[in-house]
Amino acid sequence: MLQLCLTVHTFFNLAVITFFYFSRKSASFYTSIMAVEFEGGVVIGADSRTTTGAYIANRVTDKLTPIHERIFCCRSGSAADTQAIADAVTYQLGFHSIELDEAPLVQTAASLFREMCYRYREELMAGIIVAGWDPRRGGQVYTVPVGGMMTRQPVSVGGSGSSYIYGYVDSNYRAGMSKEECLKFTAEALTLAMERDGSSGGVVRLAVVSEQGVERQVILGNQLPKFSTV
Amino acid sequence: TEEQCWGTWGKNIKCVCFYRNALLEADINKLGFSSPAARKTGTTICGVVYKDGVVLGADTRATEGMVVADKNCSKIHYISPNIYCCGAGTAADTEMTTQIISSNLELHSLSTGRLPRVTTANRMLKQMLFRYQGYIGAALVLGGVDCNGPHLYSIYPHGSTDKLPYVTMGSGSLAAMAVFEDRYRPNMEEEEAKRLVRDAIAAGIFNDLGSGSNIDLCVITKGKVDYLRPHDMANKKGVRTGSYRYKHGTTGVLTKAVTPLNLEVVEESVQTMDTS
Repeated sequence: MLQLCLTVHTFFNLAVITFFYFSRKSASFYTSIMAVEFEGGVVIGADSRTTTGAYIANRVTDKLTPIHERIFCCRSGSAADTQAIADAVTYQLGFHSIELDEAPLVQTAASLFREMCYRYREELMAGIIVAGWDPRRGGQVYTVPVGGMMTRQPVSVGGSGSSYIYGYVDSNYRAGMSKEECLKFTAEALTLAMERDGSSGGVVRLAVVSEQGVERQVILGNQLPKFSTV
Repeated sequence: TEEQCWGTWGKNIKCVCFYRNALLEADINKLGFSSPAARKTGTTICGVVYKDGVVLGADTRATEGMVVADKNCSKIHYISPNIYCCGAGTAADTEMTTQIISSNLELHSLSTGRLPRVTTANRMLKQMLFRYQGYIGAALVLGGVDCNGPHLYSIYPHGSTDKLPYVTMGSGSLAAMAVFEDRYRPNMEEEEAKRLVRDAIAAGIFNDLGSGSNIDLCVITKGKVDYLRPHDMANKKGVRTGSYRYKHGTTGVLTKAVTPLNLEVVEESVQTMDTS
C-alpha cells in the first residue's frame, strides 16, 4: 500500500516537474558581464543568454540597462530580481536628478544599488556592475556583487563566466588604454568567457558611455574574435 | 519614503504564506493524504509580431495532474480593448492575475484619458508577480497594439520580462519555439503569421502531453481585434461507426414484483419568500 502510494507520488512529482518546468525554475542570467574605464568614459559589455534551467529562454537578452542618460548597469544573477532593482533605482535616480537639477553621479547610482542589494541580501540574488560617465569624475566602474558590497575598480568582470577570464583580464589590462583598445579587450574577454561557460552565449552587446553620449553595438556569433580552433 | 521606494517588496506576505503552507503540508502528509492538485494549464502559448500587429495563440487543454479537466478552456484573456494576454501555469493564478490587471488598467485608462499601452500592462504584471516572489504561478504572453505600434512581452512567474518579436511559454514551448526559430521572418503578412502561430501551437499539441484539443488565435491590429475561438479544431472527437444499443425485448423478463411505497404527509409548513 505504502509502495503504491510512493509510486503514485513519485509519478505525480515527475508530472508536476514536467508541467511546472517554468514555475519551478526562475529565469536567470548566469552570465558574463564586464566593464572597463578609459580616459573619457567607460566600455561595458555582456553576453545575451537568459536560461530557465537548461532551456535558453531568451537568446538575445539586453543585459546593459540604462539607469540614466549616461549611467548604465550590467545585470547578472536572477532576471526578476535584477529587473526589479534596476527599475526601482531608475525611478529613484531620476527623482534625485530632478531634485538636484543636474546629472547624477555614477557613485550615487552605485550607492542606490548597494543600499537595496545589501538591505535585502537574503532575498535577492543580484550581481551588478554600475558604469557610466559624470562631469565630476569622468568614467567610473563600480561593482556591486551578491551580498551588497560596493567598490570602485578600473576594470570589473561579473557573472558565472567571469571565473574563466580573471587570468586573461589581469594579464591583458593596461591602464591608459584608448576607446578602441578597450572595445577590443572587452569583446575578446567576453568571447573567451562565452566559449567556456555554458550559461553564457549568444551575441556580445557592447556600449561606450562618454561625455558625447552612448554608442551601442552588437557583435553577432559568427563575427566574434577567433582564438584557438581546438 | 521607505513605503514609496520599497512598495513592491512583499516581504511580509511571503513569510506568512510560506510558514502557514509548510505547516499545513506537513500535517496532511502525516495523515497519509496528499495535497489536492491545482488545476494547471500545462500549455502551449505563443505570440508573434507581424507587419500590422500581433498574433497570439494558445491550445485549449486544462489538466489536473494527469487528467484533462477541461477540453476547451480559454487561455487568451482580455486585458483591454487593444491588449490580450495568454496564460500558462496555474489556471486560477493566470485567470485572477489577468482580471486584476485588466481592472486596474481600465481605471488607469480612464484616469489618463488614453488607450492603455502594452508596456503599462507589462509593468503592472511584473511588479505584482515579483511582489509574490514566484508563488503566483502565472507565466504570461502579453501582446497588443498601442500608439507606439505592436508589442509582445513574455512574463515569467518570478517577475522577469522579455520584449521580443516572438515568444512561447508553457510545457509545449520548446516544440512551439522550434517552429518559430525555423520559419519566423520580420514583417510577415497576416495570413503567414496566423499560419505560423497555428503550426507552432499544433507542434505543442501533438508533441506535448500537457497541451491538446483546439487552437485559439487572437489577431490584434490597430483598431481591430479578431478573437478566433476556435481557429482550428485539431482534435475533433471521432464519430462512432456502429450503434451498440440493445433493442427493447432483448433481455427476457422472468418475474415482475411491484411494491408501492405509501408515504403520508406528516407536517407541512409554507414559508413565503419576499420577492419584491
